[in-house]
Amino acid sequence: MSTTQRSPRTARRGAVLVAALVALLGLSLAACGGSGSSDQASPSGQQAAPKTLTVSAAASLTDVYQQLAQQFQAANPGTTVKFNFGGSDQLAQQVVQGAPADVLATASSKTMQTAVQAGKIQGEPIVYATNQPEIAVAPTNPKQIASFTDLNKPGVTTVVCAPAVPCGAAATAAEKAANVTLHPVSEEQDVKSVLTRVETGNADAGVVYVTDVKSAQGKVQGVTFPQATAQGVVQTYPIGVVAGSPNAQLAQSWVSFVTGPQGKAALQQAGFTTK
Amino acid sequence: MSRLAADVGVVRGSFELDVSLTVEPGEVVALLGSNGAGKSTLLGALAGLYRPTRGEIVLGGRTLSSPSVAVPVHRRRVGLLSQQALLFPHLTALDNVAFGPRSTGGGRRAARETAQRWLDEVDAAALAGRRPAQLSGGQAQRVAIARALACDPELLLLDEPFAALDVDATPAIRSLLRRVVRATGVTTLVVTHDVLDAVVLADRIVVLDAGRVVETGTTTDVLTRPRSAFAARIAGLDLVPGRSSAEGLVTGEGTVVVGTHPEPVEQGEPAVALFAPASVSVFRDKPGGSPRTALPVRLAAMEPHGELVRLRAAPLDGGPGWVEGLAADVTPAAVAELGVEPGDDVWFAVKAAEVTVHPAGR
Amino acid sequence: MNGVPRFLWLPAALAWLLVAVPVVGLLLRVDLSNFFALVTSDAALAALWLSLKTGLATMVCCLVLGGPLAIVLARSHLPGLPFIRSVVLLPLVLPPVVGGLTLLFLLGRTGPVGGFLYDEFGITVPFSTTAVVLAQTFVAMPFLVVSLEGSLRTAGERYEAVAATLGASPVTTLWRVTIPVVLPGLLSGSVLAFARALGEFGATITFAGSLQGTTRTLPLLIYLQSQDDIDGAVAMSLVLVVIAILVIVVTRTRDVR
Repeated sequence: MSTTQRSPRTARRGAVLVAALVALLGLSLAACGGSGSSDQASPSGQQAAPKTLTVSAAASLTDVYQQLAQQFQAANPGTTVKFNFGGSDQLAQQVVQGAPADVLATASSKTMQTAVQAGKIQGEPIVYATNQPEIAVAPTNPKQIASFTDLNKPGVTTVVCAPAVPCGAAATAAEKAANVTLHPVSEEQDVKSVLTRVETGNADAGVVYVTDVKSAQGKVQGVTFPQATAQGVVQTYPIGVVAGSPNAQLAQSWVSFVTGPQGKAALQQAGFTTK
Repeated sequence: MSRLAADVGVVRGSFELDVSLTVEPGEVVALLGSNGAGKSTLLGALAGLYRPTRGEIVLGGRTLSSPSVAVPVHRRRVGLLSQQALLFPHLTALDNVAFGPRSTGGGRRAARETAQRWLDEVDAAALAGRRPAQLSGGQAQRVAIARALACDPELLLLDEPFAALDVDATPAIRSLLRRVVRATGVTTLVVTHDVLDAVVLADRIVVLDAGRVVETGTTTDVLTRPRSAFAARIAGLDLVPGRSSAEGLVTGEGTVVVGTHPEPVEQGEPAVALFAPASVSVFRDKPGGSPRTALPVRLAAMEPHGELVRLRAAPLDGGPGWVEGLAADVTPAAVAELGVEPGDDVWFAVKAAEVTVHPAGR
Repeated sequence: MNGVPRFLWLPAALAWLLVAVPVVGLLLRVDLSNFFALVTSDAALAALWLSLKTGLATMVCCLVLGGPLAIVLARSHLPGLPFIRSVVLLPLVLPPVVGGLTLLFLLGRTGPVGGFLYDEFGITVPFSTTAVVLAQTFVAMPFLVVSLEGSLRTAGERYEAVAATLGASPVTTLWRVTIPVVLPGLLSGSVLAFARALGEFGATITFAGSLQGTTRTLPLLIYLQSQDDIDGAVAMSLVLVVIAILVIVVTRTRDVR
């Protein structure tokens, strides 16, 4: 029941406050939106900077590609290689949707096929590397695991990837090839989680890739198994130039570089098998 | 009926309580004092809510507290009624009252019967099924009284039991409390800073100041002839003992003091008439007119009292002794006009509307 | 008369929309024709059942352990109480993944406690449904403790003191006075803990892993499906949203009353 008059001054102060709040909110929303869209950063100034190459590559290639980019840039002065690392599925989808990229390098033929079918790849993609599953165990292999079948030995705790993710699909294919059914204690979201379980000693064994065992730098030991090379078990790495790329020539030289001797050396060092 | 003997020292920060107190079996003692005098601290120590720093509390031969003993609250059989009724909000009035009997091992049924009896006793039988949220302040306090007494405590502590009540509700609850306390004969200590509470409920007054007992005596003595500054300040009232009558009060030798009865008092019941010295007019000759009481007294003393002058009465030769100490506060101008001095005989007159008559201790 | 200053309306509306619009977006994205099939797949039912089961178990753990803790925090005079309280609140501010890691370091096979359990009794805590409940209890506990301690402090000790003067022992007082008086806080705290357990992801996946029927709760399934089966993920998200709304409605309407 207040009868107090709102003085013009109070009213004005209120209005200023609203304006400030709205401005602040607008700014923060813009900031949120801005950071969201920068994931698919578009080198819209391609014509202005023709020597920037955008490569969409599978996350498992991060280390090797970054190392190769340095060599590539040194060999081609004035060139900058920009990466968009992510899940293969996601990357292929982005390319299909028209996201600007010059090169697409996925971690499975299936995902590459998505882009090919959409007509987004120039010519045939090249499969230039493979990665095989390997069993990661603790150093010195205390549970004496020598084969895929040994994962089912009593008292052995095994961790794999969930079948929905590529490393899990590989493990499932290996199971089929070895004609065993594993009883993992956990199906992880990604291969690094599997590796961590073994590294921290909470699991005795995990199905990972050769490259992962390498990257663990001695914290785990790798046990190879014959089924690792079977059809559908091996992970293939195709690469292709994106159709309509304004930097097609530069993109092609990146592909050649990666599939050439320097690329092979770096890939092998990281544990990939090259063709 | 149990005798309470307490010798309690409590140190809390800079405050120090050091009290020695006895309450005879069935006696009702009023503990008067200003805020911060230590009344609630003393009650807390008796109830067992605080551990005394020093001393001993013995109730009915049981040592409740000593340097080596500390009987927990729930085994003391000391009931506590505070200004808030604090009825358990999730229980009906009946279940609130039955709580004590149940907790002390009574069966559900027996407890409910006891509770029903006590609700009857406090005229709250009709409220049995209500939740505390549906009770008025006065109703809740009735139920709380029943709840405190239903446990059959050996000592009942009343901590300003009317302080939170509406002015209108107070007289009824006060006389109810007086009735049930007398009826059960429970040894009782009532903390208050309202003189009326002491007058109506107590046999004896103990005045507490700054953590120490500064005065103790019968209610009449302390209120009419206060020796401590605090008692003088809060009492400061004119008090005439007698028995209740239709007109107001009649003294032992038959003087009638005309007044009102704010709470129900049976005719012939012991009572006191109370009035403020400022409401007393002083005359040289017997006044007439409007319904009022005029008492012949001898002027004993005159002393400054703020901006007024306080005239003190003494009995006339052969007159009733109770006039001793009655006071009248008048303006200096009125004193000059009267031209009286100590030793003169005068009349103290007070209008009926200024006098209240209350039931009194024994 | 409206007592809300007018300039607050706009930001208030924006705040509400910020929460409400994404939920509506989720609703619009749901593949209604396959919704029933998606939420009744083996994987979905197993996850739903596991989530409800572990959520309830978590609620019980929070009550049995967090209830007494709240009482100690609200009623005792232990030295260092503020410190103890801040530790209890830690899971509220820590990323759940950190909680999962700490549990893993403690109870994992190579951790001090987990190692002992494994060596002496052959018990492995991670990868079990027990681990899910532990992880959920870790993150949900503060909700119950904070809510209950608040209720206890609001109620104060007055009723308990009265009960004691009426001859009730501390145990009787606890059951017949303290708990009934703080019951609304206890209920809303429990429901909040249950809700938090239902939504728990980070600590669970870090500590307990992910296996259908054993450790893969609804949020874990949703995250997994979001990799290759967006429709399934959206459908399950909707189920979780509906449960969350139910829980909030149940507790909030109680509180407001």
